[in-house]
Amino acid sequence: MSLVYAGMCCHAPGITVRPEQADPELLAGLHAAFDQQRQAIEDAGAEVLVMVSSEHFANFFMDNMPTFSMGIADEYESPIENPDWLKVPKVTIPGSPDLSQRIIGQLLETVDISWAQEWKFDHGLAVPLNFLTPEYKMPIIPVNINCQAPPLTPLHRAWALGKALRQAIDAVPEKVALISTGGTSHWPCTPESGKINLEWDKVLVDQLIHKRKDELLDYKFQQTFIDGGAGAGEMRTSICVAAACEETVGEVLFFEPIPVFATTCVIATFFQG
Amino acid sequence: MSVYYVQKLMYNLNRDPDLRERFDKDREDVLSLYKLTDEELEALTKPDIGLLYVMGVNGQILMHYAAIFNMPWAEYLRVMEEGLEKHGPVRSGLYVMSESNEK
Repeated sequence: MSLVYAGMCCHAPGITVRPEQADPELLAGLHAAFDQQRQAIEDAGAEVLVMVSSEHFANFFMDNMPTFSMGIADEYESPIENPDWLKVPKVTIPGSPDLSQRIIGQLLETVDISWAQEWKFDHGLAVPLNFLTPEYKMPIIPVNINCQAPPLTPLHRAWALGKALRQAIDAVPEKVALISTGGTSHWPCTPESGKINLEWDKVLVDQLIHKRKDELLDYKFQQTFIDGGAGAGEMRTSICVAAACEETVGEVLFFEPIPVFATTCVIATFFQG
Repeated sequence: MSVYYVQKLMYNLNRDPDLRERFDKDREDVLSLYKLTDEELEALTKPDIGLLYVMGVNGQILMHYAAIFNMPWAEYLRVMEEGLEKHGPVRSGLYVMSESNEK
């Protein structure tokens, strides 16, 4: 069994862009939780980190929008945003092309996933990696789910990807960690930016932690948009990773609304091998 | 569907440093490469971020276009509000469903 750790984390750019504007206690708690997750990944002996994210039109566009995609490159540039703005270092991050090939080969038996040799990480990956792999030495395999451009990936398909990922990861000898980024309510880059629906976030994270499949797959597109904003579409990434370890109950390491980061920041463990 | 090319321009400017440099030197030259309506061309040239939002440009792309013009975040949010007041509700895309669009 080669899945050694699974969890979710937040990726709001404000976490690195304007940390000085956050409540210092909350910021310290968030940083401590990221560090706890980093330590758990390292203690699990993970050799590769598969990051399931929702990128924001950095690599994929409406000219050919993949439902799912996985990176297959030797290395990845990060971040695509101005590093002076995002306040994370401009780095080249190692990939794991051979492992990508084997996982994709297995996934394609049941899931139509595209793959990409070129992939510039945006804040969806660059912000969490700044905390989870601060030395940027651990190989990363990025996975994208279309959470941005309607028609979005159906929720049950995100769940199916998670199941297929688990099967594919368990079939390889490498020790693999799996992390999703994003999914709580937010209204990014719109006049409603900064709004947070805390009660909605509580329900969602509880469903994710307990892997309540029927409830997670019952969210409707328009109601989710109204309750959680356009950013809530990113719940697909965490539904995917929850499905990959449906058998275990997770643990919330951090759950706090941080208005200056425009979302409820969440760090959670879904599976510890 | 034309707003598609507005967004394609913004996407390309994000990814292609050479195009961005060309845009900085001669905006009209780069805009001429895209199939744009007169209104879109004017909004991109000004730039009128509020009108671009109302047209239906996704905020995840629009914020990067605003950043090209060194627009502070607070101003970016303000001009979208002003765009709604001046030009009316969002016309296409995701934000047609927004609560702010119904005011």
